[in-house]
Amino acid sequence: MEKQADAQILAPIGEGPKRPGPGEWLVTNILRILLALIVPIGTFIVLYAGFVFLRDANAPKIVVAVIAIVWGVGGVALLYTVSNWLVEHFNSQWRARILPFVFVGPALAILFWYLAFPTVRTFWASLFDASGAQFVGLQNYVEVFTNRNMFTAFRNNLMWILFGASICVISGLLVAVLADRTRWETAAKIMIFMPMAISMVGASIIFNMIYAVSPDIGLLNAIYTGITGNQPIAWKAAAEIQPWNNLFLIFVMIWLQTGYAMVLFSAAIKGIPGEILEAARVDGANELTVFFQIMLPSIRGTIITVSTTVVIFTLKIFDVVWVMTGGQFNTQVIATQFYREYFTAANAGLGSAIAIVLLILVIPVMIYNIRGFNERQAF
Amino acid sequence: MKRYLILTCLIAAVAILAACGGQASTPTAAPAQPTAVPAQPTAVPAQPTAAPAQPTAAPSTGDTTAGASAEAARAAGLTALADAYDGKLKGQVVTITGTQTDEDAVKFNKNFEDFEKATGIDVQYEGSKEFEGAITARFAAGDVADIVDFPQPGLLANFVKQGKIINAADLVPMDWLEKNYNQSWLDMATMPAPNGDIQAGVWHRNSAKSLVWYPKKAFDAAGYKVPTTWDELMALQDQIAADGDTPWCIGIESGAATGWPATDWTEDMMLRTTSPENYDKWVRGELKFDSPEVRKAIQTFADIWDNDQMVYGGRAKIVSTFFGDAPAPMFEDPPKCWLHRQANFITSFFPQGKKFGEDYDFFYLPGIDPQYGKPVLVAGDIMAATNDKPATEAVMQYMSTGEGVKWWLGAGGALGPQNDVQLDWYGDPVERKVAEILKDATVVRFDASDLMPGAVGAGSFWKGMTDLFSGSADLDTVVKEIDASWPASQ
Amino acid sequence: MALATRKKRGPFNPSAIIVNGTLLLLVLAWVIPTIGLLISSFRPRFDIQTSGWWTVFPHREYVPVETIPLPEGDRTGVMEIRGASATFEQFRQGITSPDGQYKIVWKGNRRLGTIEIQEQVWTWGSAWTLENYEQVLQGKTFEIKRPDGTVEVVPGDDLVNAFINSLVVTIPSTVIPILIAAFAAYGFAWMRFPGRRVFFIMVVALLVVPLQIALVPILTDYVRLNLNGTFLGVWLAHTGFGLSLATYLLYSYISQLPREVLESAFIDGASHFTIFTRLILPLSVPALASFAIFQFLWVWNDYLVALIFIGSKPDVQVLTMRIADMVGSRGNDWHLLTAGAFVSMVLPLIVFFSLQRYFVRGLLSGSVKG
Repeated sequence: MEKQADAQILAPIGEGPKRPGPGEWLVTNILRILLALIVPIGTFIVLYAGFVFLRDANAPKIVVAVIAIVWGVGGVALLYTVSNWLVEHFNSQWRARILPFVFVGPALAILFWYLAFPTVRTFWASLFDASGAQFVGLQNYVEVFTNRNMFTAFRNNLMWILFGASICVISGLLVAVLADRTRWETAAKIMIFMPMAISMVGASIIFNMIYAVSPDIGLLNAIYTGITGNQPIAWKAAAEIQPWNNLFLIFVMIWLQTGYAMVLFSAAIKGIPGEILEAARVDGANELTVFFQIMLPSIRGTIITVSTTVVIFTLKIFDVVWVMTGGQFNTQVIATQFYREYFTAANAGLGSAIAIVLLILVIPVMIYNIRGFNERQAF
Repeated sequence: MKRYLILTCLIAAVAILAACGGQASTPTAAPAQPTAVPAQPTAVPAQPTAAPAQPTAAPSTGDTTAGASAEAARAAGLTALADAYDGKLKGQVVTITGTQTDEDAVKFNKNFEDFEKATGIDVQYEGSKEFEGAITARFAAGDVADIVDFPQPGLLANFVKQGKIINAADLVPMDWLEKNYNQSWLDMATMPAPNGDIQAGVWHRNSAKSLVWYPKKAFDAAGYKVPTTWDELMALQDQIAADGDTPWCIGIESGAATGWPATDWTEDMMLRTTSPENYDKWVRGELKFDSPEVRKAIQTFADIWDNDQMVYGGRAKIVSTFFGDAPAPMFEDPPKCWLHRQANFITSFFPQGKKFGEDYDFFYLPGIDPQYGKPVLVAGDIMAATNDKPATEAVMQYMSTGEGVKWWLGAGGALGPQNDVQLDWYGDPVERKVAEILKDATVVRFDASDLMPGAVGAGSFWKGMTDLFSGSADLDTVVKEIDASWPASQ
Repeated sequence: MALATRKKRGPFNPSAIIVNGTLLLLVLAWVIPTIGLLISSFRPRFDIQTSGWWTVFPHREYVPVETIPLPEGDRTGVMEIRGASATFEQFRQGITSPDGQYKIVWKGNRRLGTIEIQEQVWTWGSAWTLENYEQVLQGKTFEIKRPDGTVEVVPGDDLVNAFINSLVVTIPSTVIPILIAAFAAYGFAWMRFPGRRVFFIMVVALLVVPLQIALVPILTDYVRLNLNGTFLGVWLAHTGFGLSLATYLLYSYISQLPREVLESAFIDGASHFTIFTRLILPLSVPALASFAIFQFLWVWNDYLVALIFIGSKPDVQVLTMRIADMVGSRGNDWHLLTAGAFVSMVLPLIVFFSLQRYFVRGLLSGSVKG
């Protein structure tokens, strides 16, 4: 509220209700300009002092932590408030031009610094040879698309998306919808969510024990040999079941990530006005009709969002494969190939090319997302 | 790329610890003459010859041991180390980073405690998993520790090539290195830098890999005899099989590094079925995987691995058994498998409470063809310096002496490759016995996969082995693919 | 408003059974792996490595009741033991005696083994231990042999320090990106500006960029700014790496808010800033809460970013490193990860639980009217 008041007191130049005399006008404006300089500078000093303190602090960790949290969170809020306050001083035309960048600017700046520039550099590196010394044009890309291991990686990524992403989204939706209709919603959701909280190493321990070859340790083989009487199978590795051994890694991802889809769907379902659902039920619609005719259309946007992100997660899936098999047994995916080339083989050129290919593969998803964006009416 | 490691000599009958036996005293009495080394290529900062003329310039720190150490160091030509013992580098910090965590990190720190106390230099060790990715990023960003502990010389070679490593011969006098290391170690540390070959680092610790572990109590009770020749080993394995058991425990699963134990077997077989010169060529990529020699080596152990009578759980289990869990069935009563070939560190995976010499023991994996002698496969940690601060220099010099690893040897968990290491320093009987085996070795070679470029040694070689034994590719395909993955030489 | 209570009542009907039943099955499938880990975390190391966690439940198992010597004579062909005829290999697998009461098992090898007569009895695992948790929480103690033969006991670090470090890393790394992303999401959703489309495409495209490619350039910048090894550096890094997802998720929510809500506010003369802080943020609480949960989890479980930007020295080490390091250089103590996984899971679950209450129905309809 005070911010609002401030903005009114320091109303945009030339928009005041009554026109003051020239001397008075000059003084107030000089004061305003000074204020407009002092406030941001003051803010900057406060933030910078915090920055330097945090960078070089030797204080007890708890103190640093608390200051850090206050500085980090408060600083960001302060930054926005002050820049908004500044922009409010411009006339409405300029305000309309600048204000959007106050909103999206910091995010864009950070994204440019942390992801976009490195991506451009990566693209540049992908045109050079392993040591980065010699320009080789698109040769690395030729290698990416002709290498047999890369071919397997592409095939595996396709499997990940076909089975992993789809099952993940569907089961997340299913749980969210079902849980919404039960009395033990929170309990059910926390159980599904729990795997997300388990670290990747924890998950690898769990599933290495489940997939272990020895039926004495491996749950799956204990069940399998118990029922069929066959010899146990190396689920992650056996040549006989390749490429379907990938499914056992994909299941790990589904187990881990369904909680993600569930949380988002759950939030969306809660957003559907209850009256609509109730009205439909009163009209005698059965639950399936309610689900397909009302719920699904209402959360269509969330479905797109969740599918987009889950597809992208699976496209760049790395850690599940890395800790479970290291990409052996023909379970390699694009991201593990990237890591091997980039870090293990120190082949910056080829590694970069693989990373850029990931970016190319995501183009269809981008196009799909931008379609809805174009239709938007902003203010 | 190709010629970055020249494993030339390795003369027969020259072992890592050759000097140990004869040399009964600590480096204090080390033959004190770096005299007249005409070919010495490096500029040693100060003349080491002035030792007697310097009655320790630092009485402040000069407790007697430090003084004695300083003199010994100076006598050996290790000036920076001598200065450190004289207290001239007091208060400086040297950071070391590596892969040791947990107990090994504790040992790492403890190992330097005496040195820190005597010199006032603060040695800070930082270990992590994900070493490979982290160190690559840190080198690229120029934010790396003073000294880096590389368990894989092949990885180090990348950074040497980029000119980011200081020539160890500029930090530690070459004649001292030549005296205190077997030539083979120095050859393995020779790597191409932008301005010609350099000593990429000093070897600090090592392990031996050509060992076969067995459950001693049950083994003796069953009347089995420790084999001393390959034929005896084959007879033993057949006897165990005839008795109805599977002789070998084998597992090569290791998360992201799955496959490495199979590369060790390949290397051990290479050393036993072909000449050391061929092994060196193979490491450099001059001898292809698709050659009769390498194929024969792989085939030799594949004959055992592919035979379900010989491997516990059969071949199917090899690729999916965690290497650390592989020896566990050996300790069941009665044992389910009897023989496990692995480096000396495997003891940390053995069930708690099992005792060396009672419950388990090991023997040297015998040679196959007598003309190739008694080869031993080793691995080790090489310390590479990223700057030439005096304190860094002092620590590098310290690590090139047996004294620099003595504490660790006493605590167990490492072998020392330095020539002035004494057998009786080993606190762990396992390691003492390993050191003896190394002493008897006629040929010592470093783990080839650790020396090869990462794309092969930590990439296609592992993958080829897992493909071969999971049955998804045959030997023909595997060797050709590994050859194809070899980085183009420049 | 009143509608939040709908589901809690209602007669017991078939559809409720289907709903509850299906959900129960799903939940069971999801918790069995976790239960396995939980049980394992209370078992001794040797048990974890040699028997399945499900053996702790009561089950029938064969236990030896009698040991008899091997049959004399030739042991290569079919032999008869206690009335059962089989080969050595079959006896090793275990043969049920003709009367079906016993199992005859050949233990050991052909020459020196024994024959065990086993009977099936009910049994369950009784060897429980807290040792895994003790080692994880209090740190292992290392017994290190000194050269003179004495043993020095070196206590390991407990988890407290790493826990605090993790908190210090995680909280700002969660809150900062949410704030920044919420502003950006509002900008993309409701403000007109040049380049809007291009920038939005960029946000979506950057979702797929593996953060590994950014490590080297960012670390290089940090070295120049003297930011490496600071907590600030890690927060900014996590903010950067999480921001595209945060912006995208929040955009998708904020853009779906009814247009009328904003229109009426503009008519009342509110500025964008006021609308954002007074109207949009409160309305977006479910989306903010969901992203907060995810970001908290990811940062909490992160290893690589923390390792690169603050390193692994004991005083700055985060929890994931501490736990990963515990298994030893070569992974010989991997069984500790069972307990470690649960210890590190506690806080994320608390966060989930406490943010769960923001997923409530009727937020929107209430605000529209109010």
